[in-house]
Amino acid sequence: MYLVETGSEHKAGFIRKYVFSTDHKIVGLQYFFTAFAMAIFGGLLSILMRLQLGWPSRMWPMLETIFPVGMAGGVMSPEFYLALQTMHGTIMAIFVLTALFTGAFGNYLIPLQIGARDMAFPLLNMLSYWVYLLSCIVLVLAFFVEGGAPISGWTAYAPLSAIPESGPGQAMGQNLWLVAIALFTVSSMMGVLNYITTIVQARTKGMTMSRVPLNIWGMLSASIISIMVFPVLLGAGVLLLADRIGGTSFFVPAGLVMGDKLIPHSGGHPLLWQHLFWFFGHPEVYIVIVPAMGIAAEIIATFIRKPVFGYRIMAGCWIAVVALSMVVWGHHMFVSGMNPFLGGFFALATLLITVPSAILVLCWVVSLYGARIQFTTPMLFALGFVSIFVTGGLGGFFLGSAWTDIQLHDTYFVVGHFHLTMAMSPLFAAFAGVYYWFPRISGRMMNERLGRVHFWISIAGAYAIFLTMHVMGVGGMLRHSYDTTQYDFLKHLQPLNVFVSFAAFALAASQLIFILNFLVSLFRGPRAEANPWKANTLEWAAPAPIPHGNWGAVTPEVHRWPYDYMVPDGGEDFLPQNAPAAVLENKRF
Amino acid sequence: MADGTGPGRVTPSGVALAALLFILIAASLWLFIAKPYWWTPLASQHGADVDFIFTSVLWVTGIAFVVVHALLGYFIARYGAKGNERASYWHDNPKAEAILLIGTAVILTVLVFMGQRVWASVYFSDVPANAMTVQVTGEQFAWNFHYAGPDGAFGRQRIDLISPTNTIGLDRTDPAAMDDVLSINQMHLVADRPARIRLRSKDVIHSFFLPNLRVKQDAVPGMGIEIWFVPNLAGNYEIACAELCGLGHYRMKAFLTVDASQDAFDTWLREQTALQ
Repeated sequence: MYLVETGSEHKAGFIRKYVFSTDHKIVGLQYFFTAFAMAIFGGLLSILMRLQLGWPSRMWPMLETIFPVGMAGGVMSPEFYLALQTMHGTIMAIFVLTALFTGAFGNYLIPLQIGARDMAFPLLNMLSYWVYLLSCIVLVLAFFVEGGAPISGWTAYAPLSAIPESGPGQAMGQNLWLVAIALFTVSSMMGVLNYITTIVQARTKGMTMSRVPLNIWGMLSASIISIMVFPVLLGAGVLLLADRIGGTSFFVPAGLVMGDKLIPHSGGHPLLWQHLFWFFGHPEVYIVIVPAMGIAAEIIATFIRKPVFGYRIMAGCWIAVVALSMVVWGHHMFVSGMNPFLGGFFALATLLITVPSAILVLCWVVSLYGARIQFTTPMLFALGFVSIFVTGGLGGFFLGSAWTDIQLHDTYFVVGHFHLTMAMSPLFAAFAGVYYWFPRISGRMMNERLGRVHFWISIAGAYAIFLTMHVMGVGGMLRHSYDTTQYDFLKHLQPLNVFVSFAAFALAASQLIFILNFLVSLFRGPRAEANPWKANTLEWAAPAPIPHGNWGAVTPEVHRWPYDYMVPDGGEDFLPQNAPAAVLENKRF
Repeated sequence: MADGTGPGRVTPSGVALAALLFILIAASLWLFIAKPYWWTPLASQHGADVDFIFTSVLWVTGIAFVVVHALLGYFIARYGAKGNERASYWHDNPKAEAILLIGTAVILTVLVFMGQRVWASVYFSDVPANAMTVQVTGEQFAWNFHYAGPDGAFGRQRIDLISPTNTIGLDRTDPAAMDDVLSINQMHLVADRPARIRLRSKDVIHSFFLPNLRVKQDAVPGMGIEIWFVPNLAGNYEIACAELCGLGHYRMKAFLTVDASQDAFDTWLREQTALQ
């Protein structure tokens, strides 16, 4: 332990305590509320998209007053639709989900669950948040500049993203987008360096790596992936910005003609961007889903009231995922013009990564065998996570295999697939995490009844929307399309688009129940016990409210793994990690 | 090892959640077996292989989907908490883990080998000698189809000749270009005659998508990409751009006519020659 054990509360003013705070708990909450605000914003963008997709080119006169340019005359313009879509994808995939898991949950829980007083580098941690906030602001600003937000999608394929003349929003909007991505990358680096160092160096006495909670394994794995791939995204972003404003040609070949005008670039290659982007972009999925798995596993472990099945195997699977996630990026590029010989390799690597995923699912399902499951709201969401992850993951077989991807690439099958795997299942894990740790953070309980309603509408909505999209994708429904009724072969699928739109509105509306529950419980919820779920992990052993520095005079000492539930001969059905060993021995004799 | 039968009770919450999973299984099975919405009608030779491999993967994933959800639903319904009963204390079973590991690996290996065959037949086979060649050039937001004409030779193209009326910059002074035919957004092929497509793009990345023919290939600026396939059903089909290419992406649509005979095709080509 090299962290200074001050043991005493810092005397600090409001600003140092709650705004420019180096306390990992405050930083975690700042991350949470910022990501949450971005999620609401990103969600609203998707509602606007669903209006257009369900009822193409219909007049919405009321919306003209809010978006005088994008919806001039009450009808959405194609460039506004594409801007919504680009920003929805960028915000949700990167600025919400990445920030929510490692940033919010990671920050709050890592030091508490390993018995540390704070992150290894608290100042860096604070900076990480402020740079993240700045990156969010820069990104949203893109809506307000000349030409509006970029229209090139969250993948920003060059040359569309490299040449300002290629469309509206591709001038200043795309520049801001790139700056925001670069800032986010810097913020993320500062964060994950911290998480890795803290987990490796700052564990309390007795907290060996084979005793850390599953959530910590998830956070560690995701952080290792981040540190390997985010620098590549930063590099790619800088090169693309150089192409745009520095006159270089990393991604733009010679001889492009736009609007009968020759573009003065030469020597670059568009596929280079795709390789660099997806080298980040696919591992990014695991940066989101692995901590989500960790959180879900943690919650399942508590509510089955028995030891979780396969602790070591789960940790091993995540390490395998970390390694394999580095060699699967090409499955996004089967029809990109990449040498088809590579298709076989990337398909094989992608199918390999489903082996650890399948074993993880087995661990969760088998954990339920012989359990006595407590169906609390967090547990419902964690079980929902498992179901959605299984369904979404199986869809991945079709896209990870080059041969079936030919037809499905760039259709709604892809949209449905990645929304189930990297949007819905992580969000379910995040909701589970909020309901679960809310009492630890606020000292109050959330309302169970409202929680249940939220769960039932959410899971029905998630499946109604995204399973339907799989079916539309088989029919050939094109993604990135402002108006798919242009095509005769897609016209018969339009009723499904209407259905999906209604389901999306219902899903969005049900989130209001969550927001209401969250806010009311924060101030009016019933007082929570110190350890309301009777969990074993260390965060429940900290004093309430948790002081700066987390623990009293000494950090807790750990005597066992975190999943000793229903120990034979034990009195209580749980045995916290820090309960003295003597307790168990006394009971045995 | 556990005695899974002891503790746990059937609880209303568990049954409700299990019922939801059951409805999910039933709805999915209906969607993928009754097929109320399915593929566009097939019109190419290799497409049958693509559809077959899709169906194979569908069977494997479908079985996994049903089995995992059925187990999940059963455990949820069966092992709810009630009263103060204790669950069994157990947490590892190397045998079950080994079975799953090996089982998954075997199934995946089989799928990879089956799929690789299809992939190889699409990408690693030689173009038949009787193939007809079409140069396809994508641009914001149209498809240009360039035919060599009776002489079988494509005329020279020059960037500086590109104009609104000569969208691919065809140099009409080149003798080989004399009989060339340029058609915008309308492609013709002959049924059962292999088609070799040389795919290019003038500006950004587009994707040449023929849903009925199970063909999709990106058109990348700076690259010439060659693919071939055999249309085998005469008729009119749509061609879509599948890669986001800008604000007009949604209307970057073209038409494919697969002519029943070479004669019908030649007639069309002659008409077009007159229009050049």
